[in-house]
Amino acid sequence: MSAVPKHENYDVVVIGAGPAGLAAAEMTAGFALSTLLLDENAGPGGQVWRAINSTPVKSEALLGSDYWSGAEIAKAARDSGAEIIHRATVWSLDRNLEIGVSVGGGSAFIKAKRVIIATGAQERPFPIPGWTLPGVMTAGAAQTMLKSSGLVPDCPTVLAGQGPLLWLLAAQILRLGGRIDHILDTTPRANYIAALPHAFAFFTSPYFGKGLAMMREVRAKVRVTSGVTELAASGNGKLESVTYVAGGKRETLPAELLLLHQGVVPNVNLAMAAGVEHRWNELQLCWTPVLDAFGNSSIAGIAIAGDGAGIGGAQAAVWRGRAAAGSAIKAARSNAKVSDVSPQLRRAERGRAFLDVLFQPAKQFRIPQGDTIVCRCEEITAKDVLDSVAIGATGPNQLKAYRRTGMGPCQGRLCGLTVTELMAEARGKTPQEIGYYRLRAPVKPIMLSELASLPKNDEATKAVVRG
Amino acid sequence: MTIHVEGHPITAREGDTVSAALLASGLDVRRATAVSGAKRLPYCMMGVCFDCLVTIDGVGNRQGCLVPVAEGMQIDIQKGKREIGK
Ligand SMILES: Cc1cc2nc3c(=O)[nH]c(=O)nc-3n(C[C@H](O)[C@@H](O)[C@H](O)COP(=O)(O)OP(=O)(O)OC[C@H]3O[C@@H](n4cnc5c(N)ncnc54)[C@H](O)[C@@H]3O)c2cc1C
Ligand code: FES
Repeated sequence: MSAVPKHENYDVVVIGAGPAGLAAAEMTAGFALSTLLLDENAGPGGQVWRAINSTPVKSEALLGSDYWSGAEIAKAARDSGAEIIHRATVWSLDRNLEIGVSVGGGSAFIKAKRVIIATGAQERPFPIPGWTLPGVMTAGAAQTMLKSSGLVPDCPTVLAGQGPLLWLLAAQILRLGGRIDHILDTTPRANYIAALPHAFAFFTSPYFGKGLAMMREVRAKVRVTSGVTELAASGNGKLESVTYVAGGKRETLPAELLLLHQGVVPNVNLAMAAGVEHRWNELQLCWTPVLDAFGNSSIAGIAIAGDGAGIGGAQAAVWRGRAAAGSAIKAARSNAKVSDVSPQLRRAERGRAFLDVLFQPAKQFRIPQGDTIVCRCEEITAKDVLDSVAIGATGPNQLKAYRRTGMGPCQGRLCGLTVTELMAEARGKTPQEIGYYRLRAPVKPIMLSELASLPKNDEATKAVVRG
Repeated sequence: MTIHVEGHPITAREGDTVSAALLASGLDVRRATAVSGAKRLPYCMMGVCFDCLVTIDGVGNRQGCLVPVAEGMQIDIQKGKREIGK
């Protein structure tokens, strides 16, 4: 592992060292293409295999075999000859495949012949009343602390939302002796029927048995309320209670920790800032890039692999990484013998449609009303957004001028989907018609001193100005 | 290892991020937002929400959830607007 990139030019730069990025970098380096793998985290593994080399939770059973399967792929990448740099945040990428990366307090510019974006997914915003209160976190945040630090909740804890990761996290917390007082399941009842046509593929996929066993394990230990149609967090300066409605009945639970989760969505910022074309995905209710079978995007030389290409899960991420790597290898060496991974990829994606339909979050948990905060950074409410629509804001980019939404440090990551859907509904348009924030580099805030310390050649200056 | 929060020593584990160490410390580590002064704690722990912003060794607006702890680190909780010069 090195501190700054050793070279200015690479055959392949892979951004993100989760399942997709690790698999891709291992393969391109294996074919002797000069490969640089950059990741913002302190170690490899991405979200699913977070802290795979450093977790204090060593007992195999606690995190499960799917977690530990990452150790082998991380090792293969390390041994592959790829140059791997951690704590390296990519803040710009353009259509000339020039990459700005912040590492060790300074910035560097590098150029690639091919770029594979493997920046994965983030949890979908869950804008309920009180979701900004201290004590309200995402389920993924709790899982991150569990994997990296062995920390589990020990205070009155409510877990609310839906999706496979919610149950996985619950099982992991319980196995480590953590506390969950109540699970509030928001899966809309109608989804069970809507998902039926996709059930066969799911029942014959590996998810099925594992998922069922996990739900049983959790239900045996924690009270679960299903069919939750409303949720709110309240407290004075910190979370004190969670109110919910299920079956038309309103209840309030005392709580110090509320963990929210309603699925994951592609992390689009870097790809969109590079100009990659995205479209609204009606099934997954998020933006997904327009890609060919190998992950190649609308911009020559840029491929996207893993959950950033549309949510497919960790196994699919690995195979998408290999498909993108194969395409990069073919482009560099047309006579290289690259095996076709499409059968493996198809198998890994099997059953996904069922999960997408079953766990499509209900409208009231995606499109908030009234005083509920939409933009956490600028503290803009749903009503503020609707008021701006009433006086002429037509889409997310006009809204910025009225309300600064999306202009805070998170750059729309926690409000973008909500703003698009909220404005689409208010204006009677589709999310595709309403569009998304126009994103620009830097996609992560960098310090001015970093820009000042950049090499002052023409190209570097151009890249910044272009941004 | 030991890190300092507003001058108070706390124990952190190697491999913890600054945010995890702060949350585990039991201290009141809520920051105040620059817009309204509302109290916040880390929300996502994976670098997307920016609710973990802290001052680390005098440098403000760092994402505490992405920075590993280091011996002797000085952490300050941000209260409202980022102070000039940090
Ligand atoms: C919080 C969270 C927890 C999850 N936990 C699980 C789980 O336990 N089990 C499971 O099956 N699935 C889990 N998932 C789903 C997840 O999306 C997996 O399917 C899988 O991790 C996706 O792999 P990936 O390679 O596409 O991306 P990821 O694993 O997400 O890896 C992306 C990597 O890119 C890096 N990155 C992102 N942006 C930049 C940038 N600008 N510069 C540099 N590096 C960058 C990140 O640091 C990260 O390491 C989780 C998702 C989230 C959001
Ligand atoms: S806690 Fe969300 S960015 Fe750090």
